[in-house]
Amino acid sequence: MSLSPAFAYRRKAINHSMQSPATSPPLISCRKVTKTYVMGTQKVHALKGVDLTFQRGEMTSIMGPSGSGKSTLMNLIGALDVPTSGDLEINGKNLAKLKSNDLADLRNETIGFIFQQFNLLGRSSALTNVKLPLRYSRNPLKDIDARAAECLEMVGLGDRMDHRPMQLSGGQQQRVAIARALAGSPSILLADEPTGALDTKTSEDIMDLLTGLSDQGITVIIVTHEHEVAEYATRRIHFRDGEIERDERATT
Amino acid sequence: MKFGVALKSALEALRANPMRSFLTMLGIMIGVASVMAMMAISEGAARQVDAQISSLGANNLTVRPGADRRGGRSSGAGGRTPFTDSDVEDLRSEPYALAVSARINGSGTVVAGETNWSTSIYGVNTDYFISQAWNAQEGRLFEDREVSSGQAVAVIGVTISDTLFEGSSALGQKIRVNNVPVTVIGVLDKKGQSNFGSDRDDVVIVPITTARNRILGGNATTRNYVSDISVSVTPGYDMALAQDELEERLRVIRKIRPGKDDDFRVFNIADFIRARSSTQATFGILLAFTAAVSLIVGGVGVMNIMLVSVTERTREIGLRMAIGARKQDILGQFLFEALGLCLIGGIIGSGLGVGAAELASKLGDFPVNISPTIALVSIGASVLIGLFFGFFPARRAAQLNPIEALRHD
Repeated sequence: MSLSPAFAYRRKAINHSMQSPATSPPLISCRKVTKTYVMGTQKVHALKGVDLTFQRGEMTSIMGPSGSGKSTLMNLIGALDVPTSGDLEINGKNLAKLKSNDLADLRNETIGFIFQQFNLLGRSSALTNVKLPLRYSRNPLKDIDARAAECLEMVGLGDRMDHRPMQLSGGQQQRVAIARALAGSPSILLADEPTGALDTKTSEDIMDLLTGLSDQGITVIIVTHEHEVAEYATRRIHFRDGEIERDERATT
Repeated sequence: MKFGVALKSALEALRANPMRSFLTMLGIMIGVASVMAMMAISEGAARQVDAQISSLGANNLTVRPGADRRGGRSSGAGGRTPFTDSDVEDLRSEPYALAVSARINGSGTVVAGETNWSTSIYGVNTDYFISQAWNAQEGRLFEDREVSSGQAVAVIGVTISDTLFEGSSALGQKIRVNNVPVTVIGVLDKKGQSNFGSDRDDVVIVPITTARNRILGGNATTRNYVSDISVSVTPGYDMALAQDELEERLRVIRKIRPGKDDDFRVFNIADFIRARSSTQATFGILLAFTAAVSLIVGGVGVMNIMLVSVTERTREIGLRMAIGARKQDILGQFLFEALGLCLIGGIIGSGLGVGAAELASKLGDFPVNISPTIALVSIGASVLIGLFFGFFPARRAAQLNPIEALRHD
């Protein structure tokens, strides 16, 4: 596989010593998961029986052409949607059995989302943006300001807390979004084209940041079109027509 | 629902778009202001009527002899046999009679020093002051013994006191009423204009006996005749029933055979005023209704803006859902936004309403009554409007599918 020079030297082959798939139960497990949408009179089979598990601390990239089902899978893992059939368990909880409020709480406590377009609130400061998930938490922290500030420092924006998104660069905005995703101490980070709106240099910084988080034990799943980005992941899954085409692990 | 987050997010949204928030509030403001002004004005009118009725002495039934009609020529009101002192005494034993006042009236000239003044002269018994709810602001009223012995004493209205004594005290002064010297023992409370436009304070009141024998002497009044009787009905007693019983009793007293017409009339002046004011009240209700319509139009404006706001912020809603906001959190946020618009608009509007009512009162010279109740009702109404018209957009926001919302552009 050919790599662009800029990415080649950054490519890491991480030894996931903490990861032992055989012994600990998977954080996410999909068994025969299907998802069918009805578009007018037509049925669209977005996922056709997917079996997958993700371990804690794994960093996975998901690739595939448009309509291959990768976004659908992300939405399911993100508890934004429930499968048409099959079982999807996150942290041992079967999503099909959860009510709307339980799904919201699961997203709040277990999952952090990172979007291509950042989706920050333009009117609010970086700090307020990061505080947002903490405000919706059912087990609120005593000092959400302190936690939000801590997260901003983790992504290297300790000195930009009062800036609004408009006053930050694209890379910085994505860091704010990552800090927001981290605020609730999630086990899973779901990144949908996290570098899609960024230049190469900034993309590398963001990917380094995500890699570091995965090293700290957070399960990171990245949907991307860019091979360079996918290379950061230790596991690379390719989707085609609603099915897994390839599921490979990088070796040291 | 996380109350605090919903409220905070709602306020942030209102502040983010101050011009739009203000214009949306304007509809509510105008609605609330006009509801308030209209209510203040019609309440003011109602209070004025109540004041008029109570100044007449509430619950009075006035009795006058009927018009005589012989050979096609009417003698006018009072043409029939007048009432007498004994009729007054008879009526006192009626169960509903709290007081039975007797009055004869006439006019004459009063003189004090070198000032003279033409005025109304009433001769009354002491019950008159009870039935008219009239007290002395200075000095005292005359008593039963002064009536029975025909003392030369008088109580005078404020207009007389001001005209004849110009600021110095009238008490103890001698005045000449139709050339009869009497002593002023009291000055009456101010009553103001009557319902028919005459000055009710332009009057000299003397004991009925004194008036008959010395001041208003003449054929009709020299005996024990009474021009009109006013029966004050005990509070709680049904007025219509009392009127029926009074008419029945008068037919017996005046020996009217069954089938013959009454030769007297019984008025309930309060009824008369109420009838007259009901036109005014209907008008007030109509105005308030129009104002309420404008408040509803304001509410529709709020709904419109909220729908726009939900559409504009679809991605934000999707994001909030993705990071763990429950449906109720989103519902609450948009409901609070609509409520905020209406509540703030309502508070400012009621301020404007007070101003408008005061201004109308000054320009149009009529009384207004601004009570805290009206303000609370107006603000409460705007809150209800906010809940009602805010609910639909808020529910639409809460029902959004987070995946589609996040994809929205």
